[in-house]
Amino acid sequence: MGLLTSLKSSVSRATSTLFAGSEPKRIGIYGPPNAGKTTLANRIARDWTGDAVGPESHVPHETRRARRKENVEIKRNGKSVTIDVVDTPGVTTKVDYKEFLEHDIEKEDAVRRSREATEGVAEAMHWLREDVDGVIYVLDSAEDPFTQVNTMLIGIIESQDLPVLIFANKIDLEDSNVQRIANAFPQHETVPLSALEGDNMDEVYDKIAEYFG
Amino acid sequence: MPEITADDDGETIDSGPPTGDGSDSTDDGDGIQIDMISADRMDGMRTMEKIRLILDGVHDGNIVILEQGLEPEEESKLIEVTMSEINPDGFTGIEIETYPGESNGDNGFIGRLMGRDNSNKLTVIGPANRIETLHKDETLISTLVTRT
Repeated sequence: MGLLTSLKSSVSRATSTLFAGSEPKRIGIYGPPNAGKTTLANRIARDWTGDAVGPESHVPHETRRARRKENVEIKRNGKSVTIDVVDTPGVTTKVDYKEFLEHDIEKEDAVRRSREATEGVAEAMHWLREDVDGVIYVLDSAEDPFTQVNTMLIGIIESQDLPVLIFANKIDLEDSNVQRIANAFPQHETVPLSALEGDNMDEVYDKIAEYFG
Repeated sequence: MPEITADDDGETIDSGPPTGDGSDSTDDGDGIQIDMISADRMDGMRTMEKIRLILDGVHDGNIVILEQGLEPEEESKLIEVTMSEINPDGFTGIEIETYPGESNGDNGFIGRLMGRDNSNKLTVIGPANRIETLHKDETLISTLVTRT
């Protein structure tokens, strides 16, 4: 992105933020497939609104459309912050319908899922460029964070000058290694949690209020 | 720009300059074409021209090596266009590798304003079903390329 385009983009963002008033900020939940993005979105939505955002599954690309939960009001230390939570499909550079066959899904359904997954990833990238005010980047702390998708996505988020929190999810797993994630992205704050078990959610909400309030 | 084709014996053959439109693929089952694209060649191109140059090569089964990597916005577009071209029993997407970025937090707007650009890194891109990353760290990218 050229300098002029960057300048224009930054001024545009600053202006829209300035005049946004009390409009809720759209916080995109991004990350690779199966990192626990929807589990986290549901945890946040249930804790503060009582409703879920979407179905969770161990099958990759279960979330194939960006889903938004509006007006999630999080109260911390006597103050409240209202955000729209946008749960996005897991970002990848490849989708092969044969991967779905390994989860006992019939070919016709697998092909349909793969097509929807590709549309979902494209939609997620579009949201990232145009429509979110901040990012929660979710990683499975039991997996290697040094992947190309993570490197590229963090680079794209940084280039958009978006505030970002990195959530090291699945700390309930035996192979969880939060420090590995902190070492991979030391320029950003890493928050450990288990969205499934609800572990360390107090710190999660403190950080959301601090970064996106 | 040289074009290098590896044969079955692992030897490399300089086969002359490509046309750059992806139509000159030499993938005849005996080798894998590697297109090494210089920074000079990419400099004058718009985003979509770069993406088409890359994806046309990858669609032909070639491995594309960029002397200078893409900007984050261009990577975002590359993912988006790649997704739109995936089809069952055909193109399954891309594998892309660059050296991990320097984690110094200087890559935002201020960093670019100060002339710190983190995009000038060698980048390897290939068909997802033909290239597999074996190892990657700050100084080494080791990949296995198959003819499938």
